[in-house]
Amino acid sequence: MFFEGNAHKFGNDINTDYIISGKYKFKTLNMVELASHVMEDLDPDFSNKVTPGDFIVAGTNFGCGSSREQAPLVVKYAKISAVLAKSFARIFYRNAINTGLPVVECDTDLIGEGDVLEVDLSHGFVKNKSSGVSISIKPLPGVMIKILNDGGLSAHFKKYGGFNFE
Amino acid sequence: MGQTIIEKILSSHSNSQVYANDLVVAEVDYIMGQDGTSPLTIKAFQEMGGEKIFDPAKVIFVIDHNAPSPNEGVSELHKLMRDFARQKGIYTCDVGEGVCHQLVPETGAVGPGSLVIGADSHTCTYGALNAFSTGVGSTDLAAALISGRMWFKAPDTLKIICHGELPPGVYSKDLVLFLTGQITADGATYLSVEYTGQAISALSQDARFTISNMAVEMGAKAGLMAADEKTFSWLESFTNKKYQPVEPDPDARYFRIEEYDVSKLEPYVAKPHTVDNVCPVGEVSDTVIHQVVIGTCTNGRLEDLRIAAGILKGRKCNKDVRLIIAPASRKIMLDAIKEGIAETLIESGAAFVTPGCGPCVGTHNGVPSDGEVVISTANRNFKGRMGNSKAFIYLGSPATAAASAITGRITDPREFLK
Repeated sequence: MFFEGNAHKFGNDINTDYIISGKYKFKTLNMVELASHVMEDLDPDFSNKVTPGDFIVAGTNFGCGSSREQAPLVVKYAKISAVLAKSFARIFYRNAINTGLPVVECDTDLIGEGDVLEVDLSHGFVKNKSSGVSISIKPLPGVMIKILNDGGLSAHFKKYGGFNFE
Repeated sequence: MGQTIIEKILSSHSNSQVYANDLVVAEVDYIMGQDGTSPLTIKAFQEMGGEKIFDPAKVIFVIDHNAPSPNEGVSELHKLMRDFARQKGIYTCDVGEGVCHQLVPETGAVGPGSLVIGADSHTCTYGALNAFSTGVGSTDLAAALISGRMWFKAPDTLKIICHGELPPGVYSKDLVLFLTGQITADGATYLSVEYTGQAISALSQDARFTISNMAVEMGAKAGLMAADEKTFSWLESFTNKKYQPVEPDPDARYFRIEEYDVSKLEPYVAKPHTVDNVCPVGEVSDTVIHQVVIGTCTNGRLEDLRIAAGILKGRKCNKDVRLIIAPASRKIMLDAIKEGIAETLIESGAAFVTPGCGPCVGTHNGVPSDGEVVISTANRNFKGRMGNSKAFIYLGSPATAAASAITGRITDPREFLK
């Protein structure tokens, strides 16, 4: 998996209410519609600023708060190719992998707003093309690589009829 | 080598000897979905090619987050849930029955040693019953509905020992806010927390739920307590099922141990907009408020309503404050009526809403306006949480909320307990 795009920077403790507000997410399963509200409470214009393939880049504890799977789904439907953060809250991390949204743990202090990034998950590196710096990434657990490679947990289950981590 | 509580529960559900960082595919005892997460679960279930639920008796759906439905979009999703539940034989708690995290324990299906997953982050609440329960997303839930199993990475454990006795006017909510301020919003990420010590043993079962409920606000996977006679007597009022307590081994390995003396604690609030932004109530006591919320899965239990009524008895809410009360279950609401608590609260000026999540998630029942300040007994004060990103939410105990409703500003409840 290889992606190239621009970085959109956010701070620490970006919770799932910020990613998609409760006032929208209960009403519909239409993720395209919900994706127009992604990050709205932090930046009302955010969904218009994203060029397909861009990255959300944040500090610690990204995705804390509720278990709403709408959170990684709206990020994906907003055409964000991956989320990079110093650390992730555990439920969001699982949900992202289960729904096929790549999440990358790395030192995001080395990335600035608008920087152009290359993210290569197959070879496990991030390159900041704007600064020329290469950033190492914390590898995903083997189980999660398997689920992500299968296209998410639904596809994994469809393929194997259950969990298959052999 | 000795095991922690969570290592023991994961071991008993996977026929293996589990230690922290092991990968486990474990049998699940009980599965819960609510109306914000079940619709996506149903979608994932269908995408997986699911047909049968592994054991419908081990599954519960709860319509609590938007109950009754505030708009047609929600109504359609509720219908989807009801139709699926009927077709698959899933027991559903519908509008007015209460919050999932009160209703699941009230079924009696969860107790010491149980392994429970729920598509709601506050599923960690049942840790107060000595169960390993944790929040998952909709796709994980769908996988468990089909297979009856779930994969886990066994977490390390943070042991929090609370010594001493809480002073009068200081409650379990104050304790858990204090602890969240100390540990911080991601200080327990991926960890299981074991709460122990004299101060925890002294708490009622209702008060213990409040603490386990907020384990996820420190990033934790679980918030576990030992089972004692209070646990078993609480369970006996709901079930005849026999549970065996799960105790950590004396030589269990802990990732970290924190000890606190709670005897000098005071009432605390979490200030906007993070749960770990905690200070003593006294530091913000000049803050004018517009709305008070008492209820939710954190503090909507009978003891909470009783504490609030004790302060509001014979007094009136400030004329510029709306006091909204959402009991955590129908049973609690009925008990509050029988005990005269509901009458006291309504006479003081409170507005009762349907047992359920109430205004906590920002979809109905009291969305604040721009610039308004709310004090709530809920567990989250994120910007926009209650449906308006320009409002300000403080979190406190039912006593602090009730005292604040009287004065119209954030108030130390001990002023009314003298």
